[in-house]
Amino acid sequence: MTLSALLGAVDPPQLLPAREQMAFTLGFHIILVPFGVAFTFMMLICQYRGLRRGDQQALLLAQRWSKVAAVLFAVGAVSGTVLTFELGLLWPGLMGKYGSAFGFPFAIEGLFFFLEAIFMAIYIYGWKRLPPWPHFFTGVVVTLSGVGGTASVIAANSWMNQPAGIVVKNGRVVDVIPSKVFFNGAFWWEMVHMLLAAYIVAGFMVAGVYAWDLLKGRRDHYHRLGFLVPFTVAAIAMPLQFLVGDTIARQVFDREPAKFAAIEMVPTTGTHVPEILGGVYIDGEVRYGIPLPGVASILAGFRPSTPIKGLDAIPPDVRPDDAVVSVVHLAFDVMVGTASLLLLLALWFAWLWWRRREVPTNPWFLRSAAVAGLVSLLSLESGWVVTEVGRQPWTVVGLLLTRDAVATQGNLWPLFATVLAIYFCVGAGALFVLRTMRRRWAEEGTDAVAVPYGPRPAPAMNGRTSGADDA
Amino acid sequence: MSTVIAVILFVGVIAYALFGGADYGAGFWDLTAGGETRGHRVRELINLSLSPVWEANHTWLVFCLVTIWTGFPRAFTAITTTLYIPLGLAALGIVARGAGFAFRHALTERQAQRVSGIAFACSSVLTPFFFGTIAGGIASGRVPSAGHGDALSSWLNPTSVLGGVLAVTVCAYLAAVFLTGQAQRRADASLEHACRLRAFAAGVGGGVVALVGVYVLYSDAPRLFHQLRTVGAPLLAVSGLCGLAALILLHRGRPPVVRALAALAIATVVAGWGVAQYPYLLGTHLTIQQAAAPSATLWVLLVVSCVAAALIAPSLVLLYTLQLQRKLG
Repeated sequence: MTLSALLGAVDPPQLLPAREQMAFTLGFHIILVPFGVAFTFMMLICQYRGLRRGDQQALLLAQRWSKVAAVLFAVGAVSGTVLTFELGLLWPGLMGKYGSAFGFPFAIEGLFFFLEAIFMAIYIYGWKRLPPWPHFFTGVVVTLSGVGGTASVIAANSWMNQPAGIVVKNGRVVDVIPSKVFFNGAFWWEMVHMLLAAYIVAGFMVAGVYAWDLLKGRRDHYHRLGFLVPFTVAAIAMPLQFLVGDTIARQVFDREPAKFAAIEMVPTTGTHVPEILGGVYIDGEVRYGIPLPGVASILAGFRPSTPIKGLDAIPPDVRPDDAVVSVVHLAFDVMVGTASLLLLLALWFAWLWWRRREVPTNPWFLRSAAVAGLVSLLSLESGWVVTEVGRQPWTVVGLLLTRDAVATQGNLWPLFATVLAIYFCVGAGALFVLRTMRRRWAEEGTDAVAVPYGPRPAPAMNGRTSGADDA
Repeated sequence: MSTVIAVILFVGVIAYALFGGADYGAGFWDLTAGGETRGHRVRELINLSLSPVWEANHTWLVFCLVTIWTGFPRAFTAITTTLYIPLGLAALGIVARGAGFAFRHALTERQAQRVSGIAFACSSVLTPFFFGTIAGGIASGRVPSAGHGDALSSWLNPTSVLGGVLAVTVCAYLAAVFLTGQAQRRADASLEHACRLRAFAAGVGGGVVALVGVYVLYSDAPRLFHQLRTVGAPLLAVSGLCGLAALILLHRGRPPVVRALAALAIATVVAGWGVAQYPYLLGTHLTIQQAAAPSATLWVLLVVSCVAAALIAPSLVLLYTLQLQRKLG
């Protein structure tokens, strides 16, 4: 750190491409994560309904979703593998120094991912020939592994925010206390935050597709169910997410004051700090924002007299620059803004449901629901921008600067360019595949198709399914 | 303790060579299956046999990477800062391959199937080649302890090229053996015959590459050659015998026996490499012990590996059994 401070503020040439590539590939991967973590849960709800009540349409829905999940899970698996490569290729300074400290949560993640991949495969490909309930429980294993995997990755990430459980001597990690590494100060809330986010994003994304169908007048049982199940999951998670997010904000205020100062764009330490909506940070001054007097202090400590550390409290050589502060602040505003819209949508839904006990037909509600998935995605992405950019200039807070973690070998620009090109093809390919599937299913309709478990003689446990067959 | 973790790491490498290898090899046969009509049946067989298992097969790679960066962080960064070109290419190959395969499986349109199929098949051949060059670079001691070795000669050298070619042929061989079994289970005699021919060709090819390899290692990697000739010799002998036996039994033997022999032939070669390296992780300049993380970390890795063995082994058996019984798909 002192060496790089002596060398001055000149960033190593690889820092820009490395950061951009990491941001891009993480940002790409995180879109797929909710589907790996939370989508199976929604399939299971439909499948449970199908098996318990003999609802063939629910079974069909679950089966089709599992085909979507197969594609998204595959893309997520490979883009996740790329991230493991990148940790070594882009950030050798991080892995070489602290791999022994925070590497093992990834090993635990690998274990969960292994389970998830195995049972996901059995679940997705087991529709035709496995008995219904054992098949259902392979899906339960997938859902649980998703929770475990999320916890492990978040353990590694939260450790970078609040490193703990290591003994460093002469710049080398000489001892590790694994439980303190994994269950570091930031772990629990960050984990719950991401888990809820996964259910919210997957829920709104999937529901959005069916909201569009409902708008187009396809209001049969199949489409209503396809909307209702994921939307309800997301709508239940949304208020919880607000409570969790609010708690995290105060925890960041307590334990990561530098990040909090950037989030709230606080130039100098003081009390009665205003909450600034929008605006940017230029030359150490806040510009163009709408200040709400004292609100930041109230949010941090419930009283306007709560003092908040400003950016001036951070030593100049590790102070985030103006652009970083602006990005973090705006990303935070976007996250909270979009989340508030989604909360309103969830409340609107609750109101409509309470009034009529049926899937809403209000076109404006359905239009909002159709775009809610994209809005939730924006919220998720900006949330990660807040936590990742908000940690800068540190990679591991207080221990390792990003410019010391970055690769020095070769030239990263060609790699980044190739990554962009390939990911563009993969992204476009995935969208194309999903669109093709949707068209095919629309042509097939919902009645004339072979329903899972349908044609076979019903096993003992599946008596109700065949009994209530409406075909 | 560090040796135990190194052994676990190598178990992961062997598992990846076997399962991931069979996967890549299937892509090789997909690429060489011929035109759309001629290759249709082989491709269909590959699709059916691969789709439920390929993701699980590739998790071994993640396991290897994670174990090495947690257990031996110094060696990991030395490798990534030296062999970054083949590593980057392999990572991109994995993306193109996985996405291509998943898309092809989900698509019904011919044109789109063809495009994604090409992406899948080409990257299935290139990716194991790059992994082979990486193995060759490490095995011939071209990765300095401090990293930042020569970006080109570390993987463009005789041993690396040997590793790459060997990896591709071995993958093709394993895949053909597995596919023969799959064709037999589907009671498709002509397809079974076609796969058997391929297995035979790849097996002979692998043998030839291995023989050429003896000369390459002799002139390019003297230490590796010496170690393989002494401590690694028994393993290589087992490998050769198993490989030969598998080739002979291919025509009339029962598929499980042939599969086991083929797998053993590959596993022993990889294990031979590991034994020849011991006690060094990189060249003759970084030992396993020097590179190892603090013992608490190694213990965690050991526990995780044991839990993994207890949870994942039965799950994998379940997956492969269901797949072999054709309950999936």
